[in-house]
Amino acid sequence: MINIFWCDVAHELQWLPARETFVGVAAMSALKNRIESVLEEPACGKNQAKDAKDRKKGCAKPLTPGAAAGGCAFDGAKISLQPITDVAHLVHGPIACEGNSWDSRHALSSGPMLYRTGFTTDMNELDVIYGGEKKLFRAIREIIEKHNPPAIFVYQTCVAAMIGDDIEAVCKAAREKFGKPIIPINVPGFAGSKNLGAKLAGEALLDYVIGTEEPETTTPYDIAIIAEFNVAGDLWAAKPLLDRLGIRILANISGDARYHDIACAHRAKAAMMVCSKAMINVARKLEERYGIPYFEGSFYGISDTSEALRQIAKLLVQKGAPEELLARTEALIADEEARVWQRLQPYKERLKGKRVLLFTGGVKSWSVVSALQEVGMVITGTSMRKSTAEDRERVVEIMGTDAHMFDEMPPREMYRILKDSQADIMLSGGRSQFVALKAKTPWLDINQERHVAYAGYEGLLNLVQEIDRAIYNPIWAQVRKAAPWEGSND
Amino acid sequence: MAVIIHPKKSCAVNPLKMSQPIGASLAFLGIDKSLPLLHGSQGCTAFGLVLFVRHFREAIPMQTTAMNEVTTILGGLDNLEQAILNIYNRAKPDVIGICSTGLTETKGDDVDGYIRLIRSRHPELDEVALVHVPTPDYSGAFQDGWGKAVTRIVEAMCEPKPRTAWQVNVLPGCHMTAADIEEIREIIESFGLYPIIAPDLSGSLDGHIPESFLPTTIGGAKAAEIRNMGGSAITIAIGEQMRWAAEALQAKTGVPYRLFDRLTGLEANDEFLSFLAEVSLTEVPAKYRRQRSQLVDAMLDGHFYFGGKKVALGAEPDLMWQLGSWLTEMGCEIEAAVTTTSSVLLERFPADEVVIGDLEDLENRALGCDLLITHSQGRQAAERLDMPFFRYGLPLFDRLGAAHKLSVGYRGTRGLIFEIGNIFIEHLPHAHPGEWRLPGENHASPETRH
Ligand code: SF4
Repeated sequence: MINIFWCDVAHELQWLPARETFVGVAAMSALKNRIESVLEEPACGKNQAKDAKDRKKGCAKPLTPGAAAGGCAFDGAKISLQPITDVAHLVHGPIACEGNSWDSRHALSSGPMLYRTGFTTDMNELDVIYGGEKKLFRAIREIIEKHNPPAIFVYQTCVAAMIGDDIEAVCKAAREKFGKPIIPINVPGFAGSKNLGAKLAGEALLDYVIGTEEPETTTPYDIAIIAEFNVAGDLWAAKPLLDRLGIRILANISGDARYHDIACAHRAKAAMMVCSKAMINVARKLEERYGIPYFEGSFYGISDTSEALRQIAKLLVQKGAPEELLARTEALIADEEARVWQRLQPYKERLKGKRVLLFTGGVKSWSVVSALQEVGMVITGTSMRKSTAEDRERVVEIMGTDAHMFDEMPPREMYRILKDSQADIMLSGGRSQFVALKAKTPWLDINQERHVAYAGYEGLLNLVQEIDRAIYNPIWAQVRKAAPWEGSND
Repeated sequence: MAVIIHPKKSCAVNPLKMSQPIGASLAFLGIDKSLPLLHGSQGCTAFGLVLFVRHFREAIPMQTTAMNEVTTILGGLDNLEQAILNIYNRAKPDVIGICSTGLTETKGDDVDGYIRLIRSRHPELDEVALVHVPTPDYSGAFQDGWGKAVTRIVEAMCEPKPRTAWQVNVLPGCHMTAADIEEIREIIESFGLYPIIAPDLSGSLDGHIPESFLPTTIGGAKAAEIRNMGGSAITIAIGEQMRWAAEALQAKTGVPYRLFDRLTGLEANDEFLSFLAEVSLTEVPAKYRRQRSQLVDAMLDGHFYFGGKKVALGAEPDLMWQLGSWLTEMGCEIEAAVTTTSSVLLERFPADEVVIGDLEDLENRALGCDLLITHSQGRQAAERLDMPFFRYGLPLFDRLGAAHKLSVGYRGTRGLIFEIGNIFIEHLPHAHPGEWRLPGENHASPETRH
């Protein structure tokens, strides 16, 4: 595991061929230091409770070979940064990392489309034997010649790390040569989980991007939002509320962002941290380095959306915005809450008491729970696999019990629960949808691959409408009926 | 005759290609009670899995040895052993398909040696076929992975057996959909022959509703059937990528093979059905005689719209060959052909050049074409080019029914004529009054309308 000290390992390595050992250790120990530093996250309550040694290990659990699921660190970094729309995202590695996965998320852009272009060095056998650094440098040049983007992000992957390709050195050389930010994102997949990758991506922004440019103007109403990826347009469902209050999103990290926005993030007056799991290090360091106060909030659900608006206004006023912002915020909240409740009314009748099985993680585990309870639905179970201790606490707080929380649930068990009709709908990510569908149970995508925005008051209305549409679709009665020539219902 | 072009660029843009290990994994997904296990870091499996989930719209069983940087350097024996035991205890599969990745190949793990060691330590695994396929990500492409996996499957599982005259093996390439395989099975059975098809995605990933949820594949070629392939009269390989596997099966069991490089098009199917008639010593069934005449009629009705059309085609070599050759037979010209990996077919391909490249290469060469054909990742290019787009191949994630696209047999070919012909019809150019001006006339003159 990553928490074994590298020197111990290096000791074991003496019998290995010189090249692998030598370059591998040199390139990887720098990475290891950085991993340790993000794992030792002081803003994470769970981590503070541990002693020094445990703290270094962070929350990384060893994976079980043959029983592991989930993406790699590279995946997590890519998810976190790819939504920056005018940047070229270049993956340094063999075809597996980019070829199998490019352009597969729905983080939307209001302008540039370059982020949806898949760039990779597509390393071949010779690159693996002779090293891929020169190819990487040439790839950077090609991208600049063809697209001239404001910046290029270069992602490290396993094979390139293994053979000792030093992407930080290549990026530095390219930066000097082309006079343009070429940012190394040193996250080979085998370094750890998606979550770790997101944190390392955040570190890269802190090290290389944030604070390097200045906004044309600033206002007392400038905020940064952290870890909101504009999936299916989530950001746009919440932004009109901020617009109405005259609050400007100076930098959204990273949905629908431009490179320049992120580079100016240090001039925000306050920050909202949307997904604590993904990039808390960014929020904390923005506060540490630039005195930007932050809060953890969510735009999922009515009360969370209102609370987020209040917090933003409060922090801005603390930082010197005129106090009348508070009253204006309250007035907007009152209006908008009334408006959304009125529109929700017809659905409340239809969804009251409907049972939901919820598989998601992090911020969504509690904020969606509270959102669904707002319309009278019942949570029969929620998975906490990807959530932090605080997330758990909040779920308990909202539901009044932890009876319906579980960590892992094998698909077979999920299937049984649904087959026994212990839930009226399942909400989860795309991977487990077929467990629900094959059990002939309504299902709704709550994660990355959805096409509908769920954020803000409008988003909640969307979510509720989607749930209603799913549950009341006439196919369920038909597909659950056995063929006439088969005796019993299945 | 085509010239093969390797673009001199360091940065692949908008990849067409996918990696070998997931191609190999898909082959194992076509075997019943089997589980592909990628020997590498967990992310490789996650990406492959998501890709298949989106394409097939099915739950996909697929596992990883979950290597990290330290276990990689130390060697993967422990992780492989643990993974195999965990899978065995949880799922009791018949087959575990161990596909290596770039990471473990770079390190140089001796997986065959590991497997021997693991077998000697765990006699309980005797009943499980542990099939290892070396599939580094940094060479070859998806169809190579599939071809290698099937080769290793027959080498590992088939033995010579007494011959049965009416039993035939079918080794389909990865470009055959569930619907294609079903069609091939039906055709072969109608000649009174008994086909053993492996891998068989029509059994596992055809969208059926299983009775329960297992951590392995449910349906597909059964291990016991694969073991019987050594007793067949002949092997039918579909797609050039299957030549290795067919040859390996012949070498191991003596069963001869016949390779069909495609089953799309009138003559290709005439050849296939005459071959089956010969092997089975029966006549071509009335059903297929009728289907043949329907196809001929569709060609007559459709050729107006295909003739002279320029097509840009991006696909793996065997699929490119299948569609490109047939489109040429319908009167189209393949203006731009981009593929993923080398193949003996490329030189023979009916285009001036074939590029081993990416979707950027295709997009740049597609200008002025009437139709773009590639997998779903071509959607951005089609939009930018504002060009009619026929999605074909894997992945096909933004349309329904990927597994049920049919392109083989007389019936499948007929369907393709209608599907693609209708796209051409939809985009027929319409004349306007100013189109045929005489030389010297003022182009800006106002048009008289009637
Ligand atoms: S685990 Fe490594 S090789 Fe696999 S996709 Fe992630 S970065 Fe690429």
